[in-house]
Amino acid sequence: MVMTDVPTRIVYERPEVFDPRVTHYCPGCTHGVAHRLVAEVLEEMGEVDNAIGVASVGCSVFIYNYFNIDFVEAAHGRAPAMATGIKRVLPESTVFTYQGDGDLASIGMGEIVGAASRGEKISVVFINNANYGMTGGQMAPTTLPGQKTTSSPKGRDVERQGYPVQTAELLSTLAGSAYVVRRSMHNPREINRAKKAIRTAFEVQKHGLGFALVELLSTCPTNWGMTPDEARSWVEERMLEYFPLGDYKVSPAVAELKF
Amino acid sequence: MAKELIKGNTAVAEAGLRAGLEAYFGYPITPQTELLEHLSARMPELGRPFVQAESELGAINMVYGAACTGKRVMTSSSSPGVSLMMEGLSYIAGTEVPMVLVDVVRGGPGLGNIAPAQGDYNQIVHGGGHGDYRLIVLAPASVQEAIDLTALAFDLAEKYRAIVAILMDGSIGQMMEPAELPPMQPLKKDVPEWAVRGDRHGEKHLLTSINLDPPAQEVMNLRLMKRWQQVEKNEVRFKSYFLDDAEYVVVGFGTAGRVSLSAVRAARDKGIKVGLLRPITVAPFPNEILDNLTEEVKAFLVVEMNSGQMLEDVRLVVRGRKPVEFFGRMGGVVPFPDEVLTEIVRLVEEPRTTEGHPRDRWLSRLEKTIG
Repeated sequence: MVMTDVPTRIVYERPEVFDPRVTHYCPGCTHGVAHRLVAEVLEEMGEVDNAIGVASVGCSVFIYNYFNIDFVEAAHGRAPAMATGIKRVLPESTVFTYQGDGDLASIGMGEIVGAASRGEKISVVFINNANYGMTGGQMAPTTLPGQKTTSSPKGRDVERQGYPVQTAELLSTLAGSAYVVRRSMHNPREINRAKKAIRTAFEVQKHGLGFALVELLSTCPTNWGMTPDEARSWVEERMLEYFPLGDYKVSPAVAELKF
Repeated sequence: MAKELIKGNTAVAEAGLRAGLEAYFGYPITPQTELLEHLSARMPELGRPFVQAESELGAINMVYGAACTGKRVMTSSSSPGVSLMMEGLSYIAGTEVPMVLVDVVRGGPGLGNIAPAQGDYNQIVHGGGHGDYRLIVLAPASVQEAIDLTALAFDLAEKYRAIVAILMDGSIGQMMEPAELPPMQPLKKDVPEWAVRGDRHGEKHLLTSINLDPPAQEVMNLRLMKRWQQVEKNEVRFKSYFLDDAEYVVVGFGTAGRVSLSAVRAARDKGIKVGLLRPITVAPFPNEILDNLTEEVKAFLVVEMNSGQMLEDVRLVVRGRKPVEFFGRMGGVVPFPDEVLTEIVRLVEEPRTTEGHPRDRWLSRLEKTIG
């Protein structure tokens, strides 16, 4: 048989900005997916050589290992302040933070509210997996009522331990927020929608329209004590109820964005 | 340029701006606020970033971010606010990026009050934040000196990739006196090799204070400490008054040093051979001159507006070879020259000892006065 040249079309490849190394994330964790979405967006927008990332403290503390762009590493919760400092002195750069729920919605609540209320022109990727992953699964500000964690062993008792923080809803009330949405990563359709939201958040920054944040419901199979598949189902069945997906703030200027 | 009547806080703000300050981030707190207010008007006029942060935590981390780009950046606060900044200072020290901090110290601990004090000496000079690091600390005693040290602070910060703190008590910040501001310097054009820029410069730059590998962290610690040795070798600054023939030496920084100078002059009028050593860099501490003086003089008097924090640094150098006595006022009380003069006279006339601790003797005397 004679081999002939078959025309090929690449339908899927690793973004060049995304380092080929194996990540430190657990099997079934969606951090890697979220990273990849950010990498794809940066590349599609031609922002790779213009981007500065601000890493936070949590499981994604080493995000800078996976992106071939300039990065700084913030103290726990302070990424939005650090991003503010960078963006104010380098306004032409694309500056983004990548933060988990403990980092952003607990210890860093002051910094994220400050940045959003100032309308800071940064993009925030916010991972909500309902627990503190890096320290081994403690109760987070996002832990659901009744959810068992290593620091709420009998399940979160809202009488004693308070209620989960609905971050997207909260930040959407601030006038400086131009784009605040919640997406999920529990199935391919939602992942595609998540990517579109991340793209929008970066476009908002590029066009100088204000503060942009995408909250991403994420899995944590290891600390939830589930298989990856069970974890995806848990997002769908439990988290969506308390954290409804949706567009919580889309300013008129953002609504008119075309890209 | 001619001298003008100018307030310390405003003077430091304007001096920073003229030294090429490219971004300022701060939060209001008395007795520092005029510094922030001045820059809130001046920075936007010049098209330079100014942000009033949501807190001192926010401010110091904005400084951290901006410092990572290699720009000249500064923040300012007063004691309780500086406590909040300690986290950020440790990270900035661990990332080896330059910045300038102005601490206009007030009475404490806690909320304390808004009067001038020097109770932050230990926090600024001997740490405050976690981990092994040192700050270069400059202590002005007049508005003019505060202006001059502000420009120096930026140069030292960049030379050593370090944090430089201007430790000035509330009276320097609040006082108006004639001073001359330097001419406006152009903004620095060169970007340091290590800075994050987010533009096409060929290689990825990562600035972080994390280092999970202890031996590698230790190498970093060693680098910081070797750099500090260079600072100690090159950057000690002090002012001496009447030391040539001095038999007794007063040691004091900032306003306590300035008040002491009046007392030293009055003592000289009485025929007492007393001089003043006023450290300008309280870190690095002027160990060598103090060591030399220990050989030559009869006794020391340390004067501070705290409970004797620098006193311990003096005692480390003197090492019991000569008597050291202490006089301080705390809580935002500024000593009068007469009080210091009384202490100088006591040092000369009463029996002296190298036994016990000078703080204990001072406390028992003070108790009778203020108790």
